[in-house]
Amino acid sequence: MSVIAPKFRLAYFLKAIIDNVFWIIILVALIGIPAIQIGLFYGDLPVIEGELLTAFLAFTWLFNPAMALPLVKSLIYSDLFRIAAFPGFGFAALIAAGTIFVERKMLAKLQLRVGPFYCGKIEGILQLAGDGLKLISKEIIIPAKADKPIFWVAPVLFVATAAAFVSLIPVAPGGWVVADLDVGLLAVFAVIGFFPIITVLSAWSANSKYPFIGGIRALHQMVSFEIPLILSLLGVVILTGTLNLSEIVESQSNFPWIIFMPIGAIVFFTAMLAELERIPFDLPEAESEIVAGWLTEFSGMMYGLVQLGSYVKLYAFAALFVVIFLGGWTGPVFWPPLDEQVITTGLEIPSYTGDPFLTISTPGLPLFDADPNEWILQKQGELQYTTGQLLISGVIWFVLKTVAVIFFILLPRGVFPRIRIDMLLHIGWYKLIGLSFVNIFIALGLLYTGILGPGGIL
Amino acid sequence: MTEQIPTDHTEQLPPGLQLEKVDDRIMTLNVGPQHPGSGHMRIIVKIDGDYIVDADPDPGYVHRGEEKMAEVRNYLLNIPHLERPVIHDSCNILYPYVLGVEDIVGIEVPERAKYVRVIAAELNRCVYIQYWLAIYGIFLGHSTMFMWPAGDRELMIDLLEKMTGARVTHSYFIPGGVRNDIPANFEDVCLRQVNYFEKRIKEYADIFYDNPILKARTEDTGVLSSQDAIRLGTTGSVLRASGIDYDVRVKEPYDVYEELDVHTNVLKDGDSYARSKIPWLDMFESCNIIRQALEKMPKSGSVRTKLRPNPKGVGNNEVYKRVESGRGAAGMHIISNGKPEPYRVKISPGSFRNLIALPYLLKGEKLGNMPAVYWSLNYWPVEADR
Repeated sequence: MSVIAPKFRLAYFLKAIIDNVFWIIILVALIGIPAIQIGLFYGDLPVIEGELLTAFLAFTWLFNPAMALPLVKSLIYSDLFRIAAFPGFGFAALIAAGTIFVERKMLAKLQLRVGPFYCGKIEGILQLAGDGLKLISKEIIIPAKADKPIFWVAPVLFVATAAAFVSLIPVAPGGWVVADLDVGLLAVFAVIGFFPIITVLSAWSANSKYPFIGGIRALHQMVSFEIPLILSLLGVVILTGTLNLSEIVESQSNFPWIIFMPIGAIVFFTAMLAELERIPFDLPEAESEIVAGWLTEFSGMMYGLVQLGSYVKLYAFAALFVVIFLGGWTGPVFWPPLDEQVITTGLEIPSYTGDPFLTISTPGLPLFDADPNEWILQKQGELQYTTGQLLISGVIWFVLKTVAVIFFILLPRGVFPRIRIDMLLHIGWYKLIGLSFVNIFIALGLLYTGILGPGGIL
Repeated sequence: MTEQIPTDHTEQLPPGLQLEKVDDRIMTLNVGPQHPGSGHMRIIVKIDGDYIVDADPDPGYVHRGEEKMAEVRNYLLNIPHLERPVIHDSCNILYPYVLGVEDIVGIEVPERAKYVRVIAAELNRCVYIQYWLAIYGIFLGHSTMFMWPAGDRELMIDLLEKMTGARVTHSYFIPGGVRNDIPANFEDVCLRQVNYFEKRIKEYADIFYDNPILKARTEDTGVLSSQDAIRLGTTGSVLRASGIDYDVRVKEPYDVYEELDVHTNVLKDGDSYARSKIPWLDMFESCNIIRQALEKMPKSGSVRTKLRPNPKGVGNNEVYKRVESGRGAAGMHIISNGKPEPYRVKISPGSFRNLIALPYLLKGEKLGNMPAVYWSLNYWPVEADR
């Protein structure tokens, strides 16, 4: 069967564009503008440079180059930006997208093949975008006897829970975390406890045999690996005396906890692989036994949402490992090799002929420094690093460590076959729980001998 | 006459479609034919929790009536379609047919053609085993073990393409020899590629056969004792994995196998691990046989005795020939009644005999062991359905 592509005609093409533009204008005028107006009317407006931002001022400032920086700064320090973009979901989704690409290419290299290659010209870099578009454009099929409300809501809940997990992870010094809780670690455990519920709900509501078996397997696996997961982190809590994740990171400014607790790190890493349903623990999705496990009946973008959620979850677990065992953002501070003047006030390069018209001046990049005066303090020796330096190098260290952990999460997929459910439960209940108690005793020993912990030698 | 309405409807339904009671502990799973863990067949599995209480293989999904088709075509036209059941092992499935037709028509095969046949058959055995191994790897969730054999298989396919001109469906063996001579300089290329292939398949031990998770999963699962293996009538790798030294190439040598030194690999355990290891060891043996055959092969001469057009059998004649295919003893029973077409061609593939062990092995196993046991039986659904 051959499909003959319709002949390209410029008139049709232009007509299609004009049609789309027409509908975009109509929709924006009827929905977008009223929505913006309602938001401006009811929402709290930020105070910038001592002036309350109103809609008129915003339009005025948009065309005023001097006000661009305060506007952008106020955006960056707003809650919306934190939740949607940097330490929150956007950042996590970006790393998740990178993870999918790296996984496919790395696995391909391991298996002596090429992997995604054509989409996007350069090594198939746009393959993920293509896959996403395909999933969006596919029809969503729901089993006739499924429990429809729960079946519909399960993928959304899955992504929402993964996003809630992400919001608890501190990324950079200076409070770069969506929700900085004093009981942060407890909140993490609470969020992790939601995943088996959602899995079982989606599996049961599909009203199909294979998802049901997969859901029961996922329940067994997640519940039995949650216990060593939680126990393996208790050693760190005992030694730091806090549940706040930012404080746990700051307690590792001299050394990461993995040096004193390699057993806890190994137990946590293994339990993490099981929670993430990665090979060798991907029993809930074992395709040769139960088709695709609890994902069998999901189609189209519902499947896409579950996949997005699982990769965001992967990033969140890797980031939690980094925060607790590898010292989060701590590391030697460095600044991009630029002159201080370039960042604060901008450079002025005079022309060698002395012609004032040929003098080049740069605008400066004071975006990451809350206070330009910090540079002066640093010069006088009162401040070791500016906020901007700490932020930039902290984020870079954090991302580097997270990517390294993600690499080790992905690697077993090319090396190990799938494990069996009884072997999995045996590992969880007999070995990992015992090892995590050993880890707790090591932590207690270090605490009571006075080597580590509050008031310790180190 | 009024038709009697059966009181119990479930009795009348075909297996696999039986209704389940709500309070029943037993769940019926239709594994296949549209399932990533079955071939072109269905296994009706009844599970109690995680344990299989009953397994009922249901072959026949890809039945094509090859045997009936053979009755309306003459001896030569049968060749291309009789290899269709296993296109990955097409030389070995044609081997008994060609040997049988040579007996019926009464034709001698040149010495060089016999060696060429042995080389092609052993190359094709490696191609089949690599494909089988790839699927065994992906059934156990080991995606690297899917990609490596599927890639290394190309070495052998390239050699077969040089010999026969086709990558998969060769139709190379004909009564009286082979279709065409091997190209010049083939011996050197073949030796080089076979040596490299042997080096590659040695690496499978590191990633697959010595993997602790794989050993924990497949050892002591689906154990078939040697008495049961004989009683159930299994052949090939399943029989040899249960500790029985039986290989048609050694016990009933055909063509030039008696002049070659063929070593039979036998393991005593009879579990899934042993069954998956025997074909891998067979590939090393095939490489040895190819090297020997390349050495002993007459360097020149005819590879084909000319047949007269539309050859007929001599009177009422009946012949049964069998060879060692990738899945065990493959036999062909050909009955001729003096016409250009055979009266009856009965294919007796090795994989169908191995399938009978499946219900015995799966009973009492865990559901997670089902793919490991099922595919270790060296079963090829398309060949068994014919």
